[in-house]
Amino acid sequence: MTTYHLRVNGRDHAVDTDPDTPLLYVLRNDLQLNGAKFGCGLGQCGACTVTLGGEAVMSCLVPVSVVGNRAVGTVEGLGTAKAPGVLQQAFIAEQAAQCGYCIAGMMMRAESLLAKNPKPTDAQIRQHMMPNLCRCGTHMRILRAVRRAADALPAKGGKA
Amino acid sequence: MTAGLESPRRRQLLAAAGSLTMVFAVKPAWAQDETPMNKGKLPGSLEKEPWLDAWIRIDADNRITVFTGKAELGQGIKTALLQVAAEELLVAPGRITLVTADTARTPNEGYTAGSHSMQDSGTALRHAAAQVRQILGELAARRFGIGAPAVTVRDGVFQAPDGRRASYGELLAGQQLHLRCNPAIPVRAPEGHTVAGKPLQRIDIPAKVTGGVAYVQDLRLPNMVHGRVVRPPTPGARLLDVDTAAVARLPGVLKVVRDGRFLAVIADGEYRAVKAAAALAKATRWDTPATLPADTRPAPMVRAWPAKPYPILERGVPGSAGRTLAAMYSKPFQLHASIGPSCAVAQLVNGQYTVWTHSQGVYPLRDALSELLGADKATIRCIHTEGSGCYGHNAADDVAADAALLARAFPGRPVRVQWMREDENGWEPFGPAMLTSARATLDGAGKIVDWQYDVWSPPHNTRPGKAGNLLAATHLDKPFKPDTPTPSPQPEGSGDRNAIPYYVLPNARVVHQFQDTIPLRSSALRSLGAYCNVFSIESFMDELAHAANVDPVAFRLRNLADPRAIDVVRAAAKKFGWDSYKNTPRRGRGFAFARYKNLAAFCAIALEVEVARDTGMVRITRAVAAVDCGEVVNPDGVRNQIEGGIIQSASWTLLERIRFDERRILTRDWAQYPILRFNQVPERLEVEIIDRPGQPFLGTGEASQGPTGAAIANAIADACGLRLRDLPLDRARLRAGR
Repeated sequence: MTTYHLRVNGRDHAVDTDPDTPLLYVLRNDLQLNGAKFGCGLGQCGACTVTLGGEAVMSCLVPVSVVGNRAVGTVEGLGTAKAPGVLQQAFIAEQAAQCGYCIAGMMMRAESLLAKNPKPTDAQIRQHMMPNLCRCGTHMRILRAVRRAADALPAKGGKA
Repeated sequence: MTAGLESPRRRQLLAAAGSLTMVFAVKPAWAQDETPMNKGKLPGSLEKEPWLDAWIRIDADNRITVFTGKAELGQGIKTALLQVAAEELLVAPGRITLVTADTARTPNEGYTAGSHSMQDSGTALRHAAAQVRQILGELAARRFGIGAPAVTVRDGVFQAPDGRRASYGELLAGQQLHLRCNPAIPVRAPEGHTVAGKPLQRIDIPAKVTGGVAYVQDLRLPNMVHGRVVRPPTPGARLLDVDTAAVARLPGVLKVVRDGRFLAVIADGEYRAVKAAAALAKATRWDTPATLPADTRPAPMVRAWPAKPYPILERGVPGSAGRTLAAMYSKPFQLHASIGPSCAVAQLVNGQYTVWTHSQGVYPLRDALSELLGADKATIRCIHTEGSGCYGHNAADDVAADAALLARAFPGRPVRVQWMREDENGWEPFGPAMLTSARATLDGAGKIVDWQYDVWSPPHNTRPGKAGNLLAATHLDKPFKPDTPTPSPQPEGSGDRNAIPYYVLPNARVVHQFQDTIPLRSSALRSLGAYCNVFSIESFMDELAHAANVDPVAFRLRNLADPRAIDVVRAAAKKFGWDSYKNTPRRGRGFAFARYKNLAAFCAIALEVEVARDTGMVRITRAVAAVDCGEVVNPDGVRNQIEGGIIQSASWTLLERIRFDERRILTRDWAQYPILRFNQVPERLEVEIIDRPGQPFLGTGEASQGPTGAAIANAIADACGLRLRDLPLDRARLRAGR
């Protein structure tokens, strides 16, 4: 066991865990954040997507020991059910979920796009979302939700 | 969370005892003896559970709880059922607490499957709620001392013209309406609906987009430990030996479990369990005999398996003169492929098991676990807790069995087990490979005068109920044998679901060639045999239309009689712009229609594809669906299900095939088993709903699976002249031209 200091959704945490533990398990079990999901453990599906230093990463492949001082962002950082953020409002407005297991990962993938490019084209959204899988076939709604969030953000960007 | 083990039956008896204390000055109109007053069949699941208070309970503080034996699978059923209940109870949906499938609390409605939930549970709740509201209205009128028509109601509170008020809860004062449902009591007329039939945002989505506790995967019980199972490397593998001692010494490992070829670890942390399971797998030696087919091409593989013929249609006489066409179609084994591997939490405390599970049938699972564990049913409680979408019988029940076995091995602590991706892809019950043969004769006027169709199929229903249908049970030292599968009877059918065309055919024979002995476990995948049968029949209809030199939509209309079928075909064609469509290079259009199970939702699909023969890439540019699922409760929910069905079916159709060699399953991850990504979903996807207020609910979840597959095949043929009859219509086939 080693102690790691993590900055997650703007808050500092100290976590005692084995160095090879993927960030996903630390977020879910040690920090009790449900957003990132285990999907494959292979970096192939995106259910575990979080932002790390602003970039979308598959947290199942990132050992906690390499996170360092880069900020970690999860869907919990975007808002709450009572006060949803722009992306969350957009996903609710578009009813962009069926089972919803992939959705937190989808939102964090989208967040990493909107943070850099607040006004993406539809083609850029599609391209950016490619790594993440959805099995229910909610793709059209997910694309619409990201579009809606982009349209709602100020042109200079801001927190989605 | 505590595991109350009071059964619904016992709760009803208690409620019945309570209801005896209800005293009314005059026997109210709804009062009845304990003898059933309705000898006829009751609507929906009331037939299984006729007691009002099994469905609806109202507390003295006016809290309303509605119970359903159906489960949320991501299809939005909770919201739709809430709308039905709120509409009839005349309360805001937000006032109602909905309790779903739980063997200690809810009616037993069997499985949440087959697009049955609205028919079964929605219908039951509609009638139960209507009766509850009427009884309450009479109680209010009695209290106010006025006639029932003078009483008004708003959001669960009655009001007299003079301003006196009484809430539902006040009127019942903690008593429950332990009465048998009387379906003769009228339900609200659809034209007066304010909640049902209107869009309502799904109640489960806010938690899902904010990281709330939404799934069984998110359960985090006090003192919970983590289990992982080490499966054999191949279905037929025999365990030669295993060295558990080194694994038992790994950090955090609490227990190593071995029973026959069922191997598992329990650890104090999830990733420690993952690592220990990997170490345990390395510490095993297996004999892996070749038990799988040498020729894995679906058509010859399926044809080679022994089959028992079940004729399901024999109409008219064979042998009419004309031009005869014949074709064969096939489908490979395919995965449910949930994004989240199956998961369950189980604990054994003082001889009582509690299992949190995303099984589609908590009661049948309890039966199976009872047999597996040798424990009385009364000591097992199964609570449905949402999981990742399952799309049929996936590994939900199997992982519940794993968790229960590990809870038995490690009593007192909750044990959470989640499968790994390679387990899910390798061991879930597969959607069966199938083969079909169609032969039809056209007369000189292009009319179908003879039809012969055979479908060969392994089982589509090996769900539990019996311990032997749980994977782990078959791996134990004293293994349980799987139940002998049987075909489900028509009209719903299983492998033969939708094997009988919905067209008017004066002379037709259809045979279900049922195959119950195959070397792989197969079971229900969304729409069962309907996907392959509709793919086959609707591809063949296009081939017949082409032979008769008739437009495919016109050809279908010519052979349809049901006006609702004709309406969806016309609606889809119109919305697509079928009649004004102009072919452009590399692009073509396809059409298909089916009425799911020949008795449920009507669905027609028109779509356009773009085909690149050099790369084999097929892209759906635009898809249009028209659907009639009876009375619509949540229009956006219907759209979401149809859209999702189209995209999932497009994925099956264009990409998906389980591959294996003579020993092992090869498609164990997403690289080996790709599914549709954002680059291949349609540019535009539109769903037109034909609402039928007052008509029975027909269900939606599986209606678009079959028509989508055929519409894609037909569009590919239209785009490039290539008729593909073996699924998937993937890049290799497109490039090879067969």
